[in-house]
Parts: sequence; C-alpha cells; structure tokens
Amino acid sequence: MRSLLRTPTVPPELLRDVALVCLASGVVGLSFGAIAVAGGLPVWVPVVMSLVVYAGSAQFSTVGVLLAGGGPVAAAATGLLLNTRTAAFSLAVADVLGRGRFSRLVGAHLVTDETVAFALAQPDPERRRAAYWISGLGLYVVWNVCVLVGALAGSAIGDTGTYGLDAAFPAVLVALVLPALREGPSGVRRAAVTGAVVALAVAPFVPAGVPVLLALAGLLTPMPGRTS
Amino acid sequence: MNPTAAAIVALAAGTYAFRLVGPVLHGRVELPGRVQELLSSGALVLLVALLATGALMEAQGFAGWARPAGVLVGGVLAWRRAPFVIVVLAAAATTASLRAAGVA
Repeated sequence: MRSLLRTPTVPPELLRDVALVCLASGVVGLSFGAIAVAGGLPVWVPVVMSLVVYAGSAQFSTVGVLLAGGGPVAAAATGLLLNTRTAAFSLAVADVLGRGRFSRLVGAHLVTDETVAFALAQPDPERRRAAYWISGLGLYVVWNVCVLVGALAGSAIGDTGTYGLDAAFPAVLVALVLPALREGPSGVRRAAVTGAVVALAVAPFVPAGVPVLLALAGLLTPMPGRTS
Repeated sequence: MNPTAAAIVALAAGTYAFRLVGPVLHGRVELPGRVQELLSSGALVLLVALLATGALMEAQGFAGWARPAGVLVGGVLAWRRAPFVIVVLAAAATTASLRAAGVA
C-alpha cells in the first residue's frame, strides 16, 4: 500500500472507471441488504457476511439458499463452490499485492472479479498495483456501506433489474478484458472462447460456480509456438 | 453458535483460504514462466466465462433477451474502443429500456 501512496500519477480515467463500478456495486449492495432482510433474515446476517465473505455472487446464492430453507451446510457449500475461482484469481494477482505480510493479508481479501479485471487491464506493474488497490479498497467500502443501508432500508429498494444493472456487470468485464484479448496471443483468445462455450453448454446441468471452473478446460486448446 | 452464523463463518474462512493461495505461494514457490503465463491466461479465461454466463444465464436457465442485448451493445461499443463509462452505461440503459418496453 505504501507504494500506492508513492505512485505519482494515477490516471484520472482509472479513478472515473473505478467510481462507476463502485456506483453500480453500491446499488447491488443496497439490493442485497434489502433482499436478505425482506426475506426474513436479521440485519446482522447480510452485514457481517459482506464484511467477512465479501463476494457478491456467493453472498446472493448463500442468502438465496438460506431463505429457501436449504439449511446452513448447503448454503455455505454453494457459496464456497462459487468462490473457488478466487484461488485462481489470487494466483494471477499475487505479484500485485506487494511483499509485506500486512498488504498481502489485506490484499487477499480484496480479490474479486472486478479488482482482478481492473488490475489485469493495466499496461505495467505500477499501474496494475494502483488499479488493484484503488478498486479493491473503493469497492470494499462502498459495498459494505451500501449493504448496511439496504439492510436497514429493507424492502424500500426496488428491483435492480429495472435499471439494467444485471447487464452492467458483464459489460464491465467485457470492457476490461477486451483489450487483453485483442492484443494478446491468439492462443489466449481461443482458450477464452472455448472456455466460454464449455461454461454455457454445461450451465443448465451443473450447480452454480461449476460452469466457470470447467471453462478452464479452454486452456487445454493448443497454444501456438508451444509444445503441447 | 447458531447455524446461520456457522454457515457464514465457514464460508468466510473457506473463501479467505482460497484468496490466500496466491499470496502464500508467491515468492515461496518459483513458478516457471510457462506456469505464470498459464495463470494469467487462466484468469482471462475465467473472466470471459463469467461474462458469458452472466450475460446469458440466470441460475440454470436463459436470462431473457433484455440482458444479453444490453451486454451486446456494450460489447460492440467496447470493440469500437468507446470509453469504459459509455460501454457500461449503454449496456445498462439498453437493458433497462427493453424491460421498460416489456421485453423480459
């Protein structure tokens, strides 16, 4: 984190992009808090879960299972399955977290789809580090504050589908991965497309979280210039 | 501990353990260049699979037309190198307008 403070130039467009994703996440956080409490869970459940689990899709699924009466074991298992991908993400951004014990322990908690996408979209290590920490800390604060507000406001928040927010998150990922896909080697493009096709093909038949893991099979497509 | 609290603790501990895999291995295990490359490709593959399933699927079924249409508009704008803010807002606005017009 010290190196972030020393970073002389944080591009303003990065701050603007992060702010927009924070805004969208904030609205989703409001709806998460509201849905959990409206469904009958006490206020502390969504609030504590957001602080210590901090993974949007897993939180929605876990609360969904709890509200449907699926029981705590199934609820935790569903969330864990969705979060297995954070292990792969943490490997991909490990060098961004810095060397200190504290920054690695804190930085690990901030591994999400969005922070990893922001970091990987940057051209050099310095910018990757800045993007990771700015988006990580910004999203963590906004997400948790908004979940708390949503939980207290209860069902006053409408359906976020009305605002098209469910389309905003895939679009965020499109915007962040497209440059890397366009400029990267064709092997990566092929792996990504194959992986997406695999994920979509199996999605109707397997539990949530599994399709994305099976997408890693896309990496088995031969990479040009490599022995495989 | 009440069962809901136990579920939250288990989920939080497991998730944090997943997130520690990278930082714990980093600097301790010397990863060959080939593996490093595979890791960043792997992250990209995961993100693309997430956006594809996120755009098209809701739980285990089709998400309806409004959402993928919005993501497609965002994708075309991103392809034409539109600014990030425009891409995201156009995607959300397209989906919201389609829903307002009665398209699921």
